Amino acid sequence: MTPQQKLTALRTIVTREILRFARIWIQTVLPPMITTALYFIIFGNLIGSQIGDMDGFRYMEFIIPGIIMMSVITNSYANVVSSFYGSKFQRHIEEMLVSPVPNYIILTGFITGGVTRGLVVGCAVTLVSLLFNPLSIYNLWVMLSMIVLTAILFALAGFINAIYARTFDDISIIPTFVLTPLTYLGGIFYSINMLPEFWQKASLANPILYMINAFRYGFLGITDISLLASYSISIGFIVVLYTFSIYLLRKGQGIRT
Amino acid sequence: MTAALAIRDLKKTYRNGHIALKGISLEVAEGDFFALLGPNGAGKSTTIGIVTSLVNKSAGEVSIFGHDLETDLAAAKSCIGLVPQEFNFNQFEPVGEIVANQAGYYGIERRQALGRAEQYLRRLGLWEKRRGMARELSGGMKRRLMIARALVHEPRLLILDEPTAGVDIEIRRSMWDFLREINANGTTIILTTHYLEEAESMCRNIAIMDEGELIENTSTRRLLNTLHMETFILDIADPLEKLPDLPGHSVRLVDECTIEADICRDKVINDLFADLSAQGIRILSMRNKTNRLEQLFVRLVEGGSSEAG
Repeated sequence: MTPQQKLTALRTIVTREILRFARIWIQTVLPPMITTALYFIIFGNLIGSQIGDMDGFRYMEFIIPGIIMMSVITNSYANVVSSFYGSKFQRHIEEMLVSPVPNYIILTGFITGGVTRGLVVGCAVTLVSLLFNPLSIYNLWVMLSMIVLTAILFALAGFINAIYARTFDDISIIPTFVLTPLTYLGGIFYSINMLPEFWQKASLANPILYMINAFRYGFLGITDISLLASYSISIGFIVVLYTFSIYLLRKGQGIRT
Repeated sequence: MTAALAIRDLKKTYRNGHIALKGISLEVAEGDFFALLGPNGAGKSTTIGIVTSLVNKSAGEVSIFGHDLETDLAAAKSCIGLVPQEFNFNQFEPVGEIVANQAGYYGIERRQALGRAEQYLRRLGLWEKRRGMARELSGGMKRRLMIARALVHEPRLLILDEPTAGVDIEIRRSMWDFLREINANGTTIILTTHYLEEAESMCRNIAIMDEGELIENTSTRRLLNTLHMETFILDIADPLEKLPDLPGHSVRLVDECTIEADICRDKVINDLFADLSAQGIRILSMRNKTNRLEQLFVRLVEGGSSEAG
């Protein structure tokens, strides 16, 4: 295929992926808006008013970046895992497998779809947050780069989950038992400085902590972790997961017999 | 001339140890209309799966119009259109999108892809359904959708795995006409089917597989010539209680109005008619008991040898 043909193939996959979640926006975009509005009301307003300041900011201001990031992580992951597993389940992944489109274009297409949904939901949640707190941005580039990197990383993780999944249960086990606990323990609602020393150190093993803190830095200018560590871990994970995904596609894991 | 499909010593053993292909070699000439036949589990779908890159081979070589699957995969894939046995499209996607997107995967830019999609959807009677979801189509329409999708990038080799399974006779015959037209325009076609009438009437060459091996690979005409005997059903005008003695003929009374006759290839059928007339038996109509190819197929597969008849 010529570079132009590859670009056409990529555009086709990305458009298809975006139309897929846009067609079912009531299932994909609306629920996170409602859920996060409840977080803002309950944790930000009701409980937050009793907590006082956190690292010099109102509790509501402190949790907004983490809640946006949580929505991005959940949705970029969910989009790819459900779309790719669905295409395996209905076997329409074969449409791409019989075509000359290279594996890296297939992967990039699905990942771009997941990142797009993550960012669309992230923007929607940010709009909801404006009902509770004015938007403050400390460093736009850190904020944007970290949210895009995080969306890519979790879209890749969703892709690998979908490759290995054999049943619909398999695509909900990781989000329920791994992703959600790690996200909640990743410092959305608290600063790790509040934890005992042991748990502070244990928290450093959670990659989501690095992303949430860097993202919060983009909004508020505060972080428990160095930005260098956050970027290194995010980019490092992306490289590893991308390479592994390409290897799985080449091998035909879960898609070729 | 380069073969449309060349397979050499192709083997496949699945992870569970099942040997699906025991080393088959096969060539399909460019422009051919070729039937790949065999009972369930013979290895037809595995062969097609390997050729279309949906199944990993264990050993052997496959090339499409000279493009080796190992070394020139993208070019080989560009030459193939596949109509699989099972429905494998997104049931929740509009019909028109499915076809246009398939063109996109082959690098055909959107405007041209939409034009091609319209062309093939119109030709296959699906244009009115283009905005509906694929799940809303009838079984026959879904089969035609897969044909439109397989043709949208205008492949040189079209592979159809049981394309008319579960399709009513009227649609099946219109699909046959369409496939003949496609073949006449230069597309090489490989067909697997359980309707042997389909293979006999359309395919110039036939390969028969059984238990992962190729047990026959020849022209349809030559294969049919190996059939030494055919069985005919004769409908008679006046009911008979007992069949009169007809020396030199192998005939049976099926019911009071039907006679079954085995006719050897070296015998003239007029002899039977003359002897029946001499006995006062009038023939209303005559037909083959089974499709000729079906007779051969059963003998080859059950006999395990290529000596038919």
